[in-house]
Amino acid sequence: MAVRARTLEQARELYRTNWELVWWVFMRVSGLALIFLVFGHLFFNNIQVNAGDIDYDYVASRFSRSWVKVYDSFLLGLAMLHGVNGLRYSVEDYIKRPARRFWAKVGLFTAASVIFVLGVMTLWAFTYEEMGEAIRALPGG
Amino acid sequence: MQITVKIKRFDPEKRPRPYWAEYPVEARPEDRVLDVLNYIKWELDGSLSYRRSCAHGICGSDAMLINGVNRLACKLLVKDLGRSISVEPIRGLPVLKDLIVDMEPFIDSYRAILPYLINDDPAPAAERLQSAEERERFDASTKCILCACCTTSCPVFWTNGRYLGPAAIVNAHRFIFDSRDQGTAQRLQVLNQGNGLWRCRTAYNCTESCPRDIPITQAIEEVRREALWGHS
Repeated sequence: MAVRARTLEQARELYRTNWELVWWVFMRVSGLALIFLVFGHLFFNNIQVNAGDIDYDYVASRFSRSWVKVYDSFLLGLAMLHGVNGLRYSVEDYIKRPARRFWAKVGLFTAASVIFVLGVMTLWAFTYEEMGEAIRALPGG
Repeated sequence: MQITVKIKRFDPEKRPRPYWAEYPVEARPEDRVLDVLNYIKWELDGSLSYRRSCAHGICGSDAMLINGVNRLACKLLVKDLGRSISVEPIRGLPVLKDLIVDMEPFIDSYRAILPYLINDDPAPAAERLQSAEERERFDASTKCILCACCTTSCPVFWTNGRYLGPAAIVNAHRFIFDSRDQGTAQRLQVLNQGNGLWRCRTAYNCTESCPRDIPITQAIEEVRREALWGHS
């Protein structure tokens, strides 16, 4: 049954933000979205083309398309947030000492940020056709 | 039938660490584990300590880890366990002696969720009426006997004693879904935080260990949905 706030104090209690609740909902939504994103990824890279035929040109031409950049950004972002939050749950469940828990989380978030930034740079900061030409111009390229 | 009972003993005044003691017992298949423990205490070793009171699965005193599962010793028959029985104190709470644990942290969590009717309306002349359907809504969670089988089978509670635990959430469920109660906002303020509802990882140990067959994981999920959607 829905509870109606009768006083200002009760209303404040009801509308206070709660990050654990937000993360819990995020884990459900992102988990569902990731199922479709990952199977889409498998389809594009293993069924639409023969996985053995994938070479630099194929990847470069894929990454030059905007929809692939957007698709892969969602895949990267949701997978990183979902996975790192899952690890954060484990850290909070199993590391009891506050200082160790703090540093474990610092390490986890730092590693995750580095991987995330590298992924975003790979997706958005390079123009693959030019890179492709440059690679092909190299001896033996 | 001849059975062997292994009991994890602990007496801090005599030995600093817990140890296993084995007792050969002649038991009947229809004996309860509590009868076997009584036999050991009364006939073999009077120093064995454990809690028991009603011996009929209602008081919730004799929760123990029996053959690896949290059970009430008074509700479990020897014939369902085989010839070798191991008995340990329930996990996650400090052991005081043998099978007796300090229940205070468990009771603290129970107190935290305000386990009583909150209704500021003037009391009617007779009782506060409720339809059969409204009563049915929280029927399962009224069955809790606070034996701590669920909370002490929870892997999150084992590693993180700050977690309120399934028993506290079930008892909050009992009032949150009671049409006569108005304290939902206050209870959710306690539950809707990192060490409350959201630390449950749905391991289902609680549901499997409950001697009263309360669908505990489902109750936790229902309280979560109340926290998520209830106030819209």
